Amino acid sequence: MNQLKSDPKNLLLRPNRAVGIVGYGAYVPQYRLPASEVARVWTDGQAALPIKEKSVPGLDEDVATMSIEAARNAMKRAGIAANQLRAIWVGSESHPYAVKPTSTIVAEALGAAPHIQAGDWEFACKAGTEAMVAAIAFVGSGMADYAMAIGMDTAQGRPGDALEYTAGAGGAAFVFGPAEVSLAVVEHTYSFVTDTPDFFRRQYQKYPEHAQRFTGDPAYFKHITNAAKTLLEASATQPSDYRYAVFHQPNLKFPQKVAAQLGFTKEQILPGLLVGSIGNTYAGAAIIGLTAILDIAEPGDRILVVSFGSGAGSDAFSILVTDAIRERRDLALKTRDYIARRVPIDYAQYVRQRGKLTMK
Amino acid sequence: MEIPRHWRLRQQRYGLVGEVCPHCEAKLFPPRDVCPECGKDAREPYHFSGRGEVFSFTTIYEPPAGFEEYTPYTVALVKLEEGPIVTAQLTDVNGKEVKIGMPVEMVTRKIRTDGDERGMIVYGYKFRPVLQAS
Repeated sequence: MNQLKSDPKNLLLRPNRAVGIVGYGAYVPQYRLPASEVARVWTDGQAALPIKEKSVPGLDEDVATMSIEAARNAMKRAGIAANQLRAIWVGSESHPYAVKPTSTIVAEALGAAPHIQAGDWEFACKAGTEAMVAAIAFVGSGMADYAMAIGMDTAQGRPGDALEYTAGAGGAAFVFGPAEVSLAVVEHTYSFVTDTPDFFRRQYQKYPEHAQRFTGDPAYFKHITNAAKTLLEASATQPSDYRYAVFHQPNLKFPQKVAAQLGFTKEQILPGLLVGSIGNTYAGAAIIGLTAILDIAEPGDRILVVSFGSGAGSDAFSILVTDAIRERRDLALKTRDYIARRVPIDYAQYVRQRGKLTMK
Repeated sequence: MEIPRHWRLRQQRYGLVGEVCPHCEAKLFPPRDVCPECGKDAREPYHFSGRGEVFSFTTIYEPPAGFEEYTPYTVALVKLEEGPIVTAQLTDVNGKEVKIGMPVEMVTRKIRTDGDERGMIVYGYKFRPVLQAS
């Protein structure tokens, strides 16, 4: 540990060979519940609204189906055959089964089974980025040439709770591969984790618990700030070296505040700040912001991504966009295409689609 | 419970995987191992593009057992661009007018659960109006 502390460069995770993002894809369901609908039902319309509206999955959608569509988009951009993937890892806190992997369903749907690693990851809102770090390591070690990591959620919020305004649905998939065939090279990654019980859901419980203001300073801000600052220091970069930055986005306020504290401008974070129009997509929240940035980024742009997962921890990535972005980003639907596809619903329809009606 | 049947059909249902006849190039869906066009052996797997158009459709208000929670929903005959016609649900069509000839694309969605909430989740192909870049 002393050796780690003596030189912050040692804190960065280093693969044996350079790794990058070969393909990426997003998915957001078409339904939107305006925050004003939640306020209408629970507060006589008096509540201050944390976002404009959130995305809601259709009756026939779950983390498996949403992951499949994001993964198909990522494969279109990657331009590789499904059997070249050697891992599909899905991070989520709303896997359809308590026991049975989502990842095998995704692998089978892509045609990537059976010669493949598959597994589900769980770390609240950073399950997706944890899977990404693992995929980077899997490629970086030379064990695989291509590995897919997905962060996807259909987040739960107790009716009337503060989280019901923001708990959305969506996420992103990334194919990692050798840096030389990448549309963006992963320069550095660093993770910061402590045992912090800011938000949790026990076995068999439908809705998570969160500890009031405990979710702010000791959880979100502490972990994101430490992860971001350590990555910047260890990589000898500063906010002005980055064209864009995206932070976990549970609401509009937190990511804008932490960005300002770290020295990032509004211009750097606005392209990835999607929570106002799709809600908090939990394991997908930071990384769907990354897909929206990749949709518009130019070669040479550097991007900082910092996730946050309750429990708690943050993964930070420094990503450098390559020339290949220009020929690949138009090969699949863009994140903004999914956001523009918008069917507003009322609270009654929301209650039905989220399975909150007892039918028997 | 019909777990073995769902398991056997997973590839054709998740990914619209049929067969191509090595003798006359006909594309077959569902896969049936004998080409209906030329009568010869056809066992080569073929991944359909998922693109097609609505050949005919109807909306279901009185569903068969297992589909109650999804009503009303629209079922269509979809003519795939490779030739075969498949029967499938349309999805993401709420409020949109479905028309014969409408271009659609395959998505993998939840079809139903096998039995009650303890049963396996059955996934498979549905079709939605082609999603355009904005």
